[in-house]
Amino acid sequence: MTSTILEPLLPPVRVAASPLADADRKPLAKKEVAADHPTWCPGCGDFSVLALYFKLIEKRKLWHEKITTIAGIGCSSRFPYFVQSHGAHFIHGRALPFASGVSLSRPDLHVFVFGGDGDAFSIGGNHFTHTARRNVKMTYVVMDNFVYGLTKKQTSPTSPIGFKSKTDMWGSLDQPINPMKQAIAAGATFVARTTHTNPNHVLQMMEAAMDHDGFGFIECLSECVEFYEGAFDAANPRKGGAFNQVPADHDPTDEFAAYKLADEAFPGRFGIFYKVQRATKNANEAKITKKTQEKFLGQADWQILKKTFDRLK
Amino acid sequence: MSETTLSVPSGGGPTQISSISEAVIRIAGNSQDGIQAIGGFLARLAGRSEQEVMTFMTIPSTISGGPSIFQVRIGSGEVLSAGDEADVLLAFYQHSYEGHVQSVKKGGIILFDSDHVEVNPEWQQTWRHVGVPISSLTVESIGGTARDKGKNLFALGLVAKMFDLNVLKLTKLITERFAGKDESIVKNALLAFNAAYGYSMEGILETFQFVEGKKREGQQVVMNGNESLGYGLIAAGVRFGAGYPITPWSDIMELLRRELPKYGGSFIQCEDEIAAVSMALGAGYAGRVAVTGSSGPGVSLKTEAIGWAVMAEIPLVVVDVQRGGPSTGMPTNVEQSDLNIACFGGHGDSPRVVLAPANVEDCFYTAIEAVNIARDYSVPVILLTDQAIATRIEAFEEPDIEKVCQDISPDLTPVLDHKPYDLSAPNGVTRHVAPGTRIQSGKYPIVTGLEHDELGHPTGSPKLHTQMTAKRRSKLQALAARLPLPKVFGPAEGNVLLVGWGSTQGPVREAVEKARAGGDSVSSLHLKYINPLPNGLETIFSGFNHILVVEINDEGLYGFGQLAALLRARYADPKIRAINKCDGLTFKVREILEGVRVKLAATSPAPLLASNPAAASA
Repeated sequence: MTSTILEPLLPPVRVAASPLADADRKPLAKKEVAADHPTWCPGCGDFSVLALYFKLIEKRKLWHEKITTIAGIGCSSRFPYFVQSHGAHFIHGRALPFASGVSLSRPDLHVFVFGGDGDAFSIGGNHFTHTARRNVKMTYVVMDNFVYGLTKKQTSPTSPIGFKSKTDMWGSLDQPINPMKQAIAAGATFVARTTHTNPNHVLQMMEAAMDHDGFGFIECLSECVEFYEGAFDAANPRKGGAFNQVPADHDPTDEFAAYKLADEAFPGRFGIFYKVQRATKNANEAKITKKTQEKFLGQADWQILKKTFDRLK
Repeated sequence: MSETTLSVPSGGGPTQISSISEAVIRIAGNSQDGIQAIGGFLARLAGRSEQEVMTFMTIPSTISGGPSIFQVRIGSGEVLSAGDEADVLLAFYQHSYEGHVQSVKKGGIILFDSDHVEVNPEWQQTWRHVGVPISSLTVESIGGTARDKGKNLFALGLVAKMFDLNVLKLTKLITERFAGKDESIVKNALLAFNAAYGYSMEGILETFQFVEGKKREGQQVVMNGNESLGYGLIAAGVRFGAGYPITPWSDIMELLRRELPKYGGSFIQCEDEIAAVSMALGAGYAGRVAVTGSSGPGVSLKTEAIGWAVMAEIPLVVVDVQRGGPSTGMPTNVEQSDLNIACFGGHGDSPRVVLAPANVEDCFYTAIEAVNIARDYSVPVILLTDQAIATRIEAFEEPDIEKVCQDISPDLTPVLDHKPYDLSAPNGVTRHVAPGTRIQSGKYPIVTGLEHDELGHPTGSPKLHTQMTAKRRSKLQALAARLPLPKVFGPAEGNVLLVGWGSTQGPVREAVEKARAGGDSVSSLHLKYINPLPNGLETIFSGFNHILVVEINDEGLYGFGQLAALLRARYADPKIRAINKCDGLTFKVREILEGVRVKLAATSPAPLLASNPAAASA
C-alpha cells in the first residue's frame, strides 16, 4: 500500500552570473542602496535613521546580498522598501520572530530589523521580551515617536501620561513603557539609546550594535512632525534642549546602574546603557547541532534516517 | 471483520489450540500503568512478523492518571481500522471493566486483574471471564520491595501466552526498549513477563494462533502518525522548525527538536503560536522550506501569518493535528473540523494548499509532498492530520530511505535579475530567491504582505491587485491540473459512493467491503488533495446515484459537513450528502453503514435505489 507522491517540479536552471570578487568591489554608495523614495512626511525623524543606515552600509562595506532588512508594520516599518537589499515586510508586531528565523538558519547574513514603538512594545511586546532573552543575533532599531502615526494619532505604549490623542482625548492615562528598562529586564545583551537629531551618535550606536555578538537593541527617538511635533525638543540642543550622554564612568556591564540610568526623567541619557557578552541563541543551537553531529560523522542524511528506522522495526 | 475469531465455546478440558485470522485486544487501565507500552510491544511484534497491525488509543487530558485505553488489532490479512468491537478486554480495574465491557463482542473474553476487579455475575452469561491476580503476581515475580509497577509487562506475558506470540522476539523487544537504562529495569521487566508467560491457564483458556499471513517482501517499520510525519519532513529536507506546545501536535515538535540536530538543523520552541509560524516563515524566506504546526486554538492563532505567506509567496509547511473544537474543545479526542480553517482561514482571498494523509504510512510520504509543493509553488501547505492518525501505531513497509531523502539546501547562485512576483511567469508560478543571492542588476526584491508590484514594492493599483490576486490563484489551478485523480475503491460505478478524507479511510473501506459482502452496491473514494481538489472528480461522481461524504464533524447549519459543503460548492451536485458525527471518536464501521442506511431511507423518490434493491437493507 505504498503511497505515491506528486513528482516535484524541476527547479529552474539558474544562469550563473559572474560577479566581481568581494575584494574588487567598491563600497556601496547611497545611490546603490537607496530604493523607493520614502513615503514619510517631510521632516520625519525616520529619514535620518535611513540615511545613517545607508552610511553604515557604505562605511562597513556591507554588500547587498549579505544583509537582510526586515520590518513589521508601522510608518517606520516601511523601511525595507527604501533600501536596496533583500528585505521582508512582515506582519504587525512579529518582525522579531521572523528575523529570528532568518538569523538562526542563516549565519552568513546580517539581519537588521527596523520598527516603531507600537510594533515593538505593544502588539509585539511578547516577542521583544523573548527575542531579547534568547539573545538572537541581530540588530534591532526601534524608531520611537511616542505615537501611532500610520493610523493617524492614537496613543502608543510609549506615549507619556497626559498625551492627547484620538483615543485619549483627555490625555493618555497609562504608564508608558520605558524601552531601556524593558530591554534590560528582558535580558537583552546590548541596550542603547539615541535620537535622530544627532546623526553621528545614531551611526555610532548602529555600528556598536552591529558589532555586538547578540541581540543589539537601539531605541532611537524619531520625531513624528505630523502627530507629535516637538516631542523630543528637550533632547535637541538646537531647540534649547540637552543631549546628555551616558556618563563616561558608567559601567555598561552593571545591570543595576543601567536600570537606574534608564530611570532618569525625560529626555534622559543617550549612549550604551547596558552591554554584556552572553552566548547567543545562534551559538547555543550551533553547539547542540555540532555535538549531535559528531556522532554521525561521515554519514549521509539518508543513512542517519535509515539507522533510526532500523530501530523502529 | 473478525467473525472467525475468538467466539469459540468455553469450557474446561485440556488446552486447545484455535486458529484465528485476527484479534482485537483492548487494554484498559490508568494512564500511568504503561498500557501504551503493552500496545506498543504488540504492534511492534506484529510489524516484525507476518501480521498487519493497527492501534487506537485514548489518553486522558488530565495531567497525571485517569482512565486510558489502548486497542490493538492484529491480523493476518489487511487491517484497515482498529476494529469496532474487541475480542479480548484486558481490564486492570473495576472502572476499566465496567467502562469497557460493552465494547467487547458477545462471547468475547474478559481477562481481568482479580486483585482489583469484582465480576458482575450478570455479565458472565455474555462474556467469558478469566481472572488472574495480575497485581499480586507481579509483585511476587519481581520480589523485593516492588509494588505493582511492571504489571503491564505481566499482562503482556499473559497476552503472549494466550496468543502464542513469539516470545523470543518479544523478549528482544523488551530488552531493546529498556536498553541503556538501569539493568534492574530490564531484569524486572523480564521477570514479570516470564512469570506471566509461565502462568498456567490450562483448562481455563485455550491458546489462539494466528494463521500465517502473506510473506512480505521488505521489512516493516512500526510507528505512529506523528512520528511518521516528523520523519517524512526530515526525509523531505526540512531542517528548521518552530512551534509551541499543544496536544496532540507536541509529539512532532519534540521529535524534530531531538532529531533535527543530527542533520545539522534545529527546532525552536517559541514564546507563542504566532512567533512559531513567524519564525518558520523567516527560515522559509531565508531559503529552505521550514515547518510549524499546532492543533486546535493554535491553528487559529497562526492564520494571519499564513495569509502573509500566501501574499508574500513564501514556502511553508503547517501541520494541523486536528482535535475536538472549537476553542480548547476536546484536546485528546479526534475531530475533522479544521478543514474550513485550513482551506479558508484568514481574511482576504488567500488560496493555499491543503493535504490530508490517510494513514500512518501516508503521513510520511505526504509530508515530503507538502514540502515539494510548498517549494515548487511558493505557497503555504497545510498538512491536515488528526488525533486518531497522530497517536495510532501502524506497521508499514519501510520506505526506500536513500531514494526518498532529498536535499533542498537553498540555491544562492548569483542571478542577473529577479522579480519575486513576475507576472509573466507561466501560470503565475514563481520561485523564491533567498537572501544571500547576489543580483547583478542591483535591484533587490522585497517580500511583503502589502499588495505589490513585480519587485515587491507596495501598490494601490487596481490593475495590479487584480493581476496579483489572479497570479496567486492560478498557480494553484495549475497545481490542480497536475494532481492525480484518486482511485475508486470498489467498482467505478454503482449506487453509493462514500467519500472520505484523512483518518477515516480504513473504516470507510471496511464499510465498503462489508456492504458489498452483503450484496449492496457501495464504493468509496478517498481524497488526499483537499485544496485544490484534483480536476475530474465529477466524472467519478457521475457513476453513482448517491455521494455520501463521511467525516468526523458536525453536519453544520445546512446539513453538510465541511468537505461535503466544499464539494457541493465545487460541483453544485445535489447528489452529494453527508454522514457526520462528532463524538470525539473515530468512525466505527457499523456507524458508517447505519449512516448509509439512514441517508438512503431519507431519499425520495425511492427508485434511486433501483440499481441495487439490496441496498435498502444495508
